[in-house]
Amino acid sequence: MQIFPCPFCGPRDETEFHYVGEPKARPEPAEAVSDAEWSAYLHLNANPKGASREVWLHMTCLESFLMTRDTATNAVLGSEPFTRAAS
Amino acid sequence: MSGFRLPAGGAVDRGRPLAFTFDGKPYLGFRGDSIASALLANGVRVVGRSFKYHRPRGVWGAWTEEPNAIVDVTRRGRTTPNLRATVEALDNDLAVRSVNALPTAAADRVALLDRLSAFMPAGFYYKTFLWPRWETFELAIRAMAGLGRVDPDNQPHGDNPQFNARCDMLVVGGGPAGLAAANAAARSGRAVFLLDDRADIGGQLVHRGGSIEGGDWRDWAASVTAAVEANGGRVMTSTTAYGVYDHRLVSAWERSGTLPDALWRIRPKTIIVAAGAVERPLVVPDNDRPGVMSADAALVYLRRFAVLVGKRIAIATNNDSAYPVADALSEAGAEVELFDLRPDAPPTTLRVVRGAEIEGVAGASGVEGVRIGGQTRAVDTVLLSGGWTPTVHLYAQARGKLRYDEALAALVPNVEVEGVRVAGAANGAFNLDEALRQGHAAGGGQGAPPNAPSGQYRVTAAWPKPDAPGRRWIDFQNDVTLKDVALAAREGYVSVEHLKRYTTLGMATDQGKTSNINGLAAMAALTGRSIDETGTTTYRPPFVPVPMGVIAGRRRGALISPLKRLPLEAEHRADGAQMREYGGWLRPAWYGPDDPGRAIQREAARARDAVALFDGSSLGKIEIIGPDAATLADFSSYNRLSNLKPGKVRYGFLLQESGIVFDDGVTLRLAEDRFLVSCSSGHTDSVVTRLELWRQDRFDPRRVVIHDTTAQWATLTLTGPRARDLVAALDLGAALDDDSLPHMAFTPAAFDGAPLRITRVSFTGDRSYELSAPARRARALRARIVEKLPAFGGGLLGLEALMILRAEKGFIVVGKDTDGTTMPHDLGIAGPRDSRKDEYIGKRSLFTPAANDKGRKQFVGLTVAQGETALSTGAHVIEGAGRARRSMGYVTSSYVSPTLGAPVALGLVANGFARMGQTVGVYHLGAERRATIAPAVALDPEGKRLHA
Ligand SMILES: [Zn+2]
Repeated sequence: MQIFPCPFCGPRDETEFHYVGEPKARPEPAEAVSDAEWSAYLHLNANPKGASREVWLHMTCLESFLMTRDTATNAVLGSEPFTRAAS
Repeated sequence: MSGFRLPAGGAVDRGRPLAFTFDGKPYLGFRGDSIASALLANGVRVVGRSFKYHRPRGVWGAWTEEPNAIVDVTRRGRTTPNLRATVEALDNDLAVRSVNALPTAAADRVALLDRLSAFMPAGFYYKTFLWPRWETFELAIRAMAGLGRVDPDNQPHGDNPQFNARCDMLVVGGGPAGLAAANAAARSGRAVFLLDDRADIGGQLVHRGGSIEGGDWRDWAASVTAAVEANGGRVMTSTTAYGVYDHRLVSAWERSGTLPDALWRIRPKTIIVAAGAVERPLVVPDNDRPGVMSADAALVYLRRFAVLVGKRIAIATNNDSAYPVADALSEAGAEVELFDLRPDAPPTTLRVVRGAEIEGVAGASGVEGVRIGGQTRAVDTVLLSGGWTPTVHLYAQARGKLRYDEALAALVPNVEVEGVRVAGAANGAFNLDEALRQGHAAGGGQGAPPNAPSGQYRVTAAWPKPDAPGRRWIDFQNDVTLKDVALAAREGYVSVEHLKRYTTLGMATDQGKTSNINGLAAMAALTGRSIDETGTTTYRPPFVPVPMGVIAGRRRGALISPLKRLPLEAEHRADGAQMREYGGWLRPAWYGPDDPGRAIQREAARARDAVALFDGSSLGKIEIIGPDAATLADFSSYNRLSNLKPGKVRYGFLLQESGIVFDDGVTLRLAEDRFLVSCSSGHTDSVVTRLELWRQDRFDPRRVVIHDTTAQWATLTLTGPRARDLVAALDLGAALDDDSLPHMAFTPAAFDGAPLRITRVSFTGDRSYELSAPARRARALRARIVEKLPAFGGGLLGLEALMILRAEKGFIVVGKDTDGTTMPHDLGIAGPRDSRKDEYIGKRSLFTPAANDKGRKQFVGLTVAQGETALSTGAHVIEGAGRARRSMGYVTSSYVSPTLGAPVALGLVANGFARMGQTVGVYHLGAERRATIAPAVALDPEGKRLHA
């Protein structure tokens, strides 16, 4: 059982978390996106062995964040909230 | 008969005799005995039969490593299978039965299998019982194979508690190394958990004794446990640390004997593995005879239980640890002779043959002699001491790597694992003084370690030689001999992982604690590789078999995945509701005690004829609030929502990015900056999650928030031609005429001074009113409705009847009438795809070649000829015949409609829209029927009933 650091709540049990996916830019607008680009967005993942940057959701506070994990050892290398461009 | 109880000594309570039976025969033992020690004290030698050949087997060990003495134990009428007799404490009135023996261990009818063993080599089952002949043998094989018998009445209570704990240091093993580590850590103020799987601490000290800090080891050990407890720690005996998991979580199984067993999840900063070592056999011919035993185990039986395992004892060894055993047995009155493989065996006053390998064990059902130099010497017991195998399991589970140490003839820890240290015999320190030194250092001790006389341990490796003659048993439990390992090597199963699966070496309850190292050393020799090159199988939890109930704890039955409950459950039950699970919610399926089929038809008919009440409280009620609410709602939804007027309602879909329909439901615009998404009951949590993820990813989270109000509101829905009359009679203070409250609109109202919302949406095709009230007002609201129902000819409506009503109208249930390929245009709704210019989730996927394929499965109705029965849900819609028969899709929903007096069915059929009116085959369980593809809407296609 792993312990993940929620940037908002601190270290919590892994059962409280939901894996969202690798961080990806959504290609758009739809009219300008090729089938291949869209397919890559939907289905292609880097899935590295070693350090992996991933989007996770902490189900109990409902905040998503970026976590870096070593996929070979399951060591947690860091977690950070999203930084959003000012709108 | 060979073993017997000495008149004095041991830690058994001779004032507390215990009666028990073994294979039906009565015996006596004492409080403090294990089942095995009591059997040995009674001279019982054959305690079980081997798994494959049904060879007689006796007790080998004295603790968890035991491969042979596996028994079923009946206590107060409940039988627990496959317990190790060496581990289980004796108790009054236990009925103990050998496993894998017909009818008893002593007189097994199937033992002739052993004579066929030449025809049952490694991989026998794989090679022989291949499909299609396996079923011919299956029953007979299953009856003979396997270990104990499961007692279906033995259903342990679900009351095993589970504890979470943190500590500075977890010490696994209360022997000298563990005690020294705990001592050092506790005295520097750290919180230490000291665990031992025995009922006492001391490890090897208990039966081998020792002097520490100039006195009896017990005095020193008592000072250590006092120091642990004084510094916020805990000493836990009868507790087995059986697994190390990610991020250094250790699971431990605690047995108290009187209270239910407990599971501990411990997160230490540091783990000290001081789990000791296990003595392994020498691989000599016929080393599996009853009466062949581990030398160390014989000492355990002598010192702990005052049981002398034999009168004339031969001890074969390759190491120094057998000598104290020989001395003790001799002192206790046995006639002892040592056979040491080493020419330079240590000095002893006992008879010893140096540089000698015993050539075999004589006796068919028990030891009668030992062969040496071509002659047989009469003995009743043979003790084998083949060296020590460190118990490195927890270290290896934590990704530790081993190396072979030639001087120790053992695999020992090789690499540092962060937060895990190994000390004592588990780390190859087989002498007391060295174990104390290692433990002291592992515990962070400063200064001198606890003092003990220096010891000496020497061993000469005696690994199985590939060409050695005779039947030499490596794995007693799984009947794996040296020849089986050689056969596996010849057939190419040279990886130890393959060796394990092919020969079953190291499988089952003991997981090869006594056999793995001999097996892999044999494989190394057979393949000309070193032991390091050969490697070990992967160490996985659990270290010993752990009851599933302990692991499950209270998460069993209804608590594995707790259901969501309606605020009005008690009221529904009082009205005779039969509650069933729908999408994670417990909801009324139908009402009344009579035949469900009839009750459901009656409820559906009454809803069409007059009015019916159903509980829609489980439907999601998720609010999107803020200045950017409309943009988020638009992006999230297939149907545009920003142009919805406040006070109005719109039906639509939520898509996945893949374009697949994820959920459907209605959205209310409560205000310019406020929407209420009413999603499917089972999808609420995932819709909230999805809205949150996109809100945080794509929007300014200060300008829009998501708020799930599902639990705050109860929703009671009235549907049917008389629904409006009944709502009017409730006197809710709202205008109900169709101009004031048309279909797909809502209005605020009041009930007993509390806010209420009346929404006109319909999942039945009839005029319907959803009354949403604060959950705490739901009882009173429902009571008033139920009171009025009879006056309008109305009744209660469960989910099953509601399913009929919605199917008559062709309304979908997402996940039932849609599958993992269904896009909105497959359901006939292509408007937003064709008209929307802005981005929304899943948009791009609707324009791929696959999304516009001609053969896509589309949502249609299926009718059958008059008088025929309903189609089966899941039946395939087919075309072609014989070998050319192909599935075009399947029936997704099928019911009998009381209103139409005919079956109604819905389905997904390839190119279904273009096939309207065509007759197709419907195939189910070997039978083929005919059906006609029709529009999904079977009742009131013009929608007049909504306004009737
Ligand atoms: Zn959090």
